[in-house]
Order: sequence, then structure tokens, then C-alpha cells
Amino acid sequence: MKFDTPATTNPIDQLKVVGKPVDRIDGPMKTTGRAPYAYERHDAIPDIAYGYVVGASIAKGRIASMDLSRAKAAPGVLAIVTAAEAGKLTKGDFNTAMLLGGPEIQHYHQAVAVVVAQTFEQARAAANLVKVEYVRSKGSFDLASAKDGATKPKDGGPDSAVGDFDAAFAAAPVTLDETYTTPDHGHAMMEPHASIAAWKGDKLSLWTSNQMIAWGAGDVAKTLGIPRENVRLMSPFIGGGFGGKLFVRAEAILAALGAKAAGRPVKVALTRPLMFNNTTHRPATIQRIRIGTDRDGRITAIGHESWSGDLPGGGPETAVQQTRLLYAGANRMTRTRLAVLDLPEGNAMRAPGEAPGLMALEVAVDEMAEKLGMDPIDFRILNDTQVDPEKPSRPFSQRRLNECLRTGADKFGWSRRSRTPGQTRDGRWLVGMGVAAAFRNNLVMKSAARVRLETSGVVTVETDMTDIGTGSYTIIAQTAAEMMGVPLTRVNVRLGDSSFPVSAGSGGQWGANSSTAGVYAACMKLREAVAGKLGLDPATAEFADGRVRVGNQSLPLEKAAAQGPVTAEDFMEYGDLTKTHQQSTFGGHFVEVGVDADTAEIRIRRMLAVCAAGRILNPKSARSQVIGAMVMGAGAALMEELVVDKRIGFFANHDLAGYEVPVHADIPHQEVIFLDETDPMSSPMKAKGVGELGICGVGAAVANAVYNATGVRVREYPVTLDKLLEGMPVLA
Amino acid sequence: MRAFSYERAKSPREAAAAVAADPTARFIAGGTNLLDLMKLEIETPARLVDVNGLKLDEIAPTKDGGLRIGALVRNTDMAADKRVRKDYGVLSRALLAGASGQLRNKATTAGNLLQRTRCPYFYDTNMPCNKRTPGAGCSAIGGFTRTLAVLGASEACIATHPSDMAVALRLLDAKVETVTPDGTERSIPIADFHRLPGDTPQVETALARGELITAVTLPKPIGGTHAYRKVRDRASYAFALVSVASVIHKDGSGRIALGGVAHKPWRVEAAESALPRGARAISEGLLAGARTTSQNAFKLTLAERAIGAALAQARA
Repeated sequence: MKFDTPATTNPIDQLKVVGKPVDRIDGPMKTTGRAPYAYERHDAIPDIAYGYVVGASIAKGRIASMDLSRAKAAPGVLAIVTAAEAGKLTKGDFNTAMLLGGPEIQHYHQAVAVVVAQTFEQARAAANLVKVEYVRSKGSFDLASAKDGATKPKDGGPDSAVGDFDAAFAAAPVTLDETYTTPDHGHAMMEPHASIAAWKGDKLSLWTSNQMIAWGAGDVAKTLGIPRENVRLMSPFIGGGFGGKLFVRAEAILAALGAKAAGRPVKVALTRPLMFNNTTHRPATIQRIRIGTDRDGRITAIGHESWSGDLPGGGPETAVQQTRLLYAGANRMTRTRLAVLDLPEGNAMRAPGEAPGLMALEVAVDEMAEKLGMDPIDFRILNDTQVDPEKPSRPFSQRRLNECLRTGADKFGWSRRSRTPGQTRDGRWLVGMGVAAAFRNNLVMKSAARVRLETSGVVTVETDMTDIGTGSYTIIAQTAAEMMGVPLTRVNVRLGDSSFPVSAGSGGQWGANSSTAGVYAACMKLREAVAGKLGLDPATAEFADGRVRVGNQSLPLEKAAAQGPVTAEDFMEYGDLTKTHQQSTFGGHFVEVGVDADTAEIRIRRMLAVCAAGRILNPKSARSQVIGAMVMGAGAALMEELVVDKRIGFFANHDLAGYEVPVHADIPHQEVIFLDETDPMSSPMKAKGVGELGICGVGAAVANAVYNATGVRVREYPVTLDKLLEGMPVLA
Repeated sequence: MRAFSYERAKSPREAAAAVAADPTARFIAGGTNLLDLMKLEIETPARLVDVNGLKLDEIAPTKDGGLRIGALVRNTDMAADKRVRKDYGVLSRALLAGASGQLRNKATTAGNLLQRTRCPYFYDTNMPCNKRTPGAGCSAIGGFTRTLAVLGASEACIATHPSDMAVALRLLDAKVETVTPDGTERSIPIADFHRLPGDTPQVETALARGELITAVTLPKPIGGTHAYRKVRDRASYAFALVSVASVIHKDGSGRIALGGVAHKPWRVEAAESALPRGARAISEGLLAGARTTSQNAFKLTLAERAIGAALAQARA
């Protein structure tokens, strides 16, 4: 099915199941420990040996020699695989560095060996006996010093320009020119990267934890040099990904190589201290923002430049992309530059681009409003645009940013905010409020599904879509239930298997809308097939209450499967609506913080997000997505930073004691409001993504609240107390 | 983790003798720190002597009106003890500021005193560290130092001691009771228990090889307003950037000890006479000789301000 004209009324609009805040259908399995995660698949495969990864101890250079003799002789050891023994490996399309390094070392903790043994403890102990001699070479580890040598990345339209930014900025009566920095961030998901590999002849089965099954199967095949049809990936449950599991990582390849070498199934999980330097991370940015307005606060010039770094062949953090679309202004400029850094490879993390981009832009907007003597909400509303400001003939499909901000202001009590910073006290706390716009583009991806009406009347859905904790199982079940007119209890959803039809996968907040649209397409086909079997007119057949009706004729759904299951498979693909209309999601984040007047400790007191993101398929799971994203945004604002040791070239704080993420005590009352919206340009579901919108702008709202509380403007994230101390009130 | 043998000790003296006789042996109690370090092969004992069964888990009054807290009293139990809460509030508060409920249920008095630094370079065995390999050098110096020591550090080590409990014990002039392998008992003033790194940062305490902590004794209560202010980047489950243990009397006199700034709990008794004159006055003596980096210089300002907060709270 191709979606190339705006959606009209369709079965989803009944909203009998879709749009309801139902509990997640996989919840009981998770809360009772029965949901099978990758490392625990003893149910699927017996006799599993254990692999343990050895990471490189230098950031850049070569392996001079490896001594495996002691490790090989250690108790229980079955096999050791290094690049020297692995045979030819090819870098995957989605990887920047080799997943098994050697002799060249491209980054710290790049895997150099996997040790396979009978038990985990034996593998770990033997891994510590692997002796590697390295020859170090000089690397580039400091973004600030590599910045001036940064170049224009090849892909992704690194520059944009409309009008004459320089002239307009120079002529503007009110201007801002500030530079902001965001540090490297780790995904720090609960479940580490984990895989079990088993070979049957030349066919490989991988039970893994991966957000994008088809990409993964392709890259496993490419890396190992085997036909893609010989690879089967299964990833039905994923303990968090946030982009860190979009791609095949070392543990999957090393499990496969270890299993081949050991002649039996092998499981490998990355240990937490290895994860931060071995896998991907959100790259640090340096961002310069310039805004010029007229005296009334109308933007006449807006420019955003961003610098980030990556290994050779890597890509930039696209931190400027929201600035092309978020506010009006006739003269515009963005530039993205990429420096070579020999740090671990950078890649996508929840809302790549917008998450760090808005951390800068939305502080700049707050600063600009202050210069103008305007309320920051009024300033944003004044500069709203309902069309793509680079191409005014192209409207937004829906854009209700102003309503998000106004609704939020009302609910949050924004009018109680003192416009002058440092004025509000509550005992020992300096109290402040901050706001930021949330913006994230809505991406649509081709997505397929297979649906089957079983003889029992149960509807089975199969797609390689993944549920990374987001609620995919539930919204897919809701979609199938709505389409086929059955209760949720009569839908069985099977996900995350490369033998199922290829879905959109989980990334870029495209998963919910795209994967359910694929299920919609397959269900439309199944409805036709069912109606045909029942001798009813498919065009007028209504599916409700487990029955199919045309006029006075009403037959039970399962009757269509009396002679055997009825199967249909289809996909949804997209035409030009994304070109003719800009599809984005919007929100307003409101944050109140308290800053301890003595110690400058920052504690968030209240958070509110108001989101306009199309039809909300399940308000409960969508709310969970947004509050989780708000927590992640709070972490980015206040504590998360992979600290680069620029001498050695690694992230020094590479465990969860050093890389702090928020704990319960950091997160206060959170509220989420979804504006009632449908977007007929997005898909027949009329839905859009929310999982990344929720993080976009949170960091800036927190930073703006800290400024409002203290009068100290911090432009280098994270906003930690040491950056505030000098500006705090004199001790009593 | 290397393979190790495991045995249960039958008496404190026997435990001490067993560990003294075998350089590869270590005591294990709660194991909340030791097992993690063994998994990373930062600690590589070949033999573990489990002291959990030694009945050192009582809290009892002492003859001179103080309290004797057994080495194996779990942190949770110590923090909840009515006598501790009533007379040594700073200790209870310090305990509750540390770790998590689960860890406190497992962690012991002695183990808390003996926990090792959280310096990130100590934790990465690829990095030279004089604590792990004496003479190897210190990779923290010149690196990521934001959380590291500003007082009493050396050219060999800038690690901090992570304990909150120990800071309160230092403030309270506790004594550490031990039994040595030959059965002698001794009592070590807490001020002498933890060492500054000097040239031998691998030697962290005054304990001799095999010497086993049996208890910590607290002198009789000193009254005053007790507070423990732990300042950290997140609200819970983090080590202190700076912590302040304080007992302040009505006349403004009192005691101050700091955590998160040195290789041991930091207290300068001579500086305490300045306490009635305020935070700045005591900080001059307490923080004298500090050596900071651009990343951790804030700890001095923070310590002074946190002391000021403690004084203000006591006055209120």
C-alpha cells in the first residue's frame, strides 16, 4: 500500500481500541521475569558457552604482539578469537570502526579478542591473561582544538542559507552571538549489548538485542562475509536502546566468531565498563548561535553553526537541523562541520541532532527574549511560522507549538515566574522556572507486516518491528484489534525476528506510526481476504465485535478461517507528502528548579511537557515515553558527561558510578499533556512520534530555569554546581 | 576474577592469624566493595576468609558512657540504632547519605572503613596506578580530577576516600578496635587509622597484615547540633563532591570534618577554635595547604559554603 494522499476516514478512526490508555500487553511477562531477553535464551538453545571481550588499552595505534598462551591454557577455555584468526572481516555499512580490531586499533576498548570458556567466570579470568603489546600513535582527542580543522561533511546537506544572513545580522538592532557546548553522552540503557550465536552448518542464528533487525541481519552477513539469507536475527525483547542498539555491535560478531571457533553456541554480553568506549555515543558539540531581531522582537537573522567530531569515515551530530524549521526569519544560515577525533565512534542517541541542538538553541532564545525584555513564551509565539521558513510554499502538516506553549504556561503557573532572575526564594532554595520549545521531525519509513486470522479466531501479527521498551507490542495489537474488530485479548503479536516481514524498526521516533501503518496495510488486505472467504463485499464490510457485517448479514470472523488460517501480508510505503508538507512534532517543556543558595546544588521541582504529535495511539505508553525522555533530558542538563581524557583518548568515567544518570530522587512530579490532534499527512494512523520529542528541549528548559533561579547563565553542559558557585549569593 | 578458596573463620584471632600467614588472603564481610574489585581484578586474593560468623554484630554501651559498634554491624542497623540516632546523629545521617538501601543492608562497619577509592583511574586496570602497582605512576594527575583530592594529596596519588561513615567517625573521635594475629588487641584513634598517600598510596590504613577490626568505639556523647551535609551532582546514590560533618554547640564552638576532599576524612582540630567566627574563619585553617586543579578548585569554595550552611542550620 502506498500512502500518497492525505488520510480520510478509515477503520482506525473508530478509536474503540486505538487511542485508549491500555496497559502494555507484554507487561505481565516483564514484571514476572518471563520475557526472554537475549542473554537468557536457554529456552531456545542448549549447551551455551560463554564469551568475554578483551578491549584495547590504547586509543590509537597498532597491536605489536599478542600472547594468548596463558589464556589458552587457563581452565575451561574453549577458544580465543582475534582479528588474526578470524579470517577476513568487512566493516558493516552502519559501523564506522571495525568491531574486532587488530592489528590497527581505532579507539579505546575496541574489541581485540573474545575468549570462550565453559563458564562466564572462566572466560573472564582467561580474558585477563591475554597479553597485548601495542604501539601507540598520536591521536586527536580534543574537539575544541580539532574544531578549526573541521571540514564540511560529505552527506546530509551540511550548509543551508536563505537571504543574506551576514548583512541582516549586522543590521539588526538587537543581536545575540553566543557559543554553547554539549558533552559526549552515553546511552546507558539498562540491558547491555548481548547476543547468543549458534551455527547450524553455514547458517547462523543470533539471539540479540537490536533495534533494527533488517539492518542488523545485513551487517552481520556483510561483516562475516556470508550470504544474508544465512543469518537469522531474533530480538523479541530489548532492555532499552536509545539508539545504542540501532547497529550490530561487537558482542554479536564476537559471539558468532566464538561459536564458530568453539563449535558450540556462545553468548557474549558487554560489561558495563566496556560499553562506554566500545560502543557508540552521542558526540559532543560546540555550537555558535547568532540571532538578530528588530526592536519588536521579530527575528530578521538566525544562524546556527555546529562542530562535532568522529572517527575517519564517521558522521556529524546534526545539531542545527531544528534551526532550519523552528522559527521564522527571512535571513537564515546553518553550518555543520566535522572534525576527526580518535575517540570511540559517535552515532545516534535519542533525538540525534535536535536533542543537543535544542539544548543550545533554546537557551539562546531565552537569552534573546531577555535582551528584548520579552517573556520567552511571547518571543517564541511572535516568531512562530506555519510554513517551512526556507521554502514558504511548503506548509507544516500540523504545527501547534503556540498552543503547546500557551497551554503549558497556563497549567504550570508560568505567570508566577519572576522575569528578573534570582528573585524567588523558598527557604534555602532559589527557585526558578524555565521553558523551551520541543521540536522533532516526524520521519516515516516503509514498514511491512504479516497478519493471520487463525482458526481459533485469534489474529496473529508478525513483523520484524522491535519493542525497545516503548510499547510496540501494545500499539500494534491495538491497531490489529481495531482493524479486525476483535478485542485485544484476541491479538497475538510476534516481533523482532528477521524471518518476519521487514518493518521500520525502532529509531528516530518513526517506529510507532510507521510500524502500525504497516500493520494497517496488512490488515486491509486481510479484511479483503476474510470478506472474500465469507462471500461478503469487502468494500462495505464492517469488522466489529468479532463479527463481519454487511447490511443485515453478520458472520463471526473466525468463520473465514474454518478451512484454515487466512494470511495477508503488505507494507506501507510513502509518496510525496513529506516533500509537500513539513512533518514535525512539537511541544513545550516547563521546568521549575530549586538551587541551594549555599551549595548551588540543583534539584528539579516540577516538570511539564505539552506535546502535539498527531494521534496518540496509546496515551499510557506515550506518556511513559515522554516522561522517560524528560528524565533523560534532565540527566543531560544536570549531570551526564562522558569525560574525555585528552591525553589518553578515552572516556574516563566509563561505569555507572562515574557516568551519572538521574536516580529517582532527582526526578520530581512530572506531567504530560497531549493536545488532541490528528495528522492526516503522516499515515492512515494519523499519528507521529513522541519518544524523542519528549527529550527535545528539556535540557534547555532546565538550564533556563537555573538561570531564572540564580541569574547565572551556564552555556557549557552539564549545568553542575561548580559552574554556579561563583555567581551565588554571598554567604549569610 | 581469579579463582579463590573460601573458608569461614571461627574466631577473630584465628581469622587474623589465617590472613597474616597467607599474603594472598583477604577478609570478606559484606563484600560490597571487594567483590566488585575482584571482578575487575583490581583485587586478586587467592583466599577469602569469611568473618561474617564472628558475632561482631552487636552495639553495646561502653563503661565510660560511649558506644561500642561491632565490626559486622550492618550500616542499615547502625544508622537505625536508637542510641546512635539520639546521641550520634551525625553518624546516622552520614550512613544514610551513603550508597543505597540494598548496599547498606549488606555493608559492615569495618568494610565501610576499608572501602577503597572510587578514582576512575584506579578502576581501569589499563591505567597506571600507584595503588594497584606501586611505582607505576598516577594517571589521574593531569587527567580527570574533578572528583579527586584537594588536600593532603601527593605526587604519587590524588585519590579520595569515599566513605561518609568514616567522616562522621572522625568527627566523633571514634577508635578502631582490632585484634592482631598474635591475639593482642589494640585501639587505633580514627585520626591515625586512615593514612595520607605520601609515597605509599597502596598503604591506606594503619592496620598490620592480618589485623582484624573487631569494633568501633564512640566516646561518650558530646551533645550539640549534629548535621551531615553531603553535596553531590545527583540527589542520591553518588559519592560526595564535598561532605561536611558537623557538631555545633550553642556557644558557636564545635567540630567540622570534611569528606570527598582527601585520602582520609579531613579534620584539623587546631582550626576549630575559629568556628565561632564563621565558615570563612575555620576554612582558612581547615583548607590550608590545599592544592587544586582547574577541575576541582571549586571544592574549596563549596566546602566553605557548605560549612556556612551547617553553621546557619545549627543557629536556626
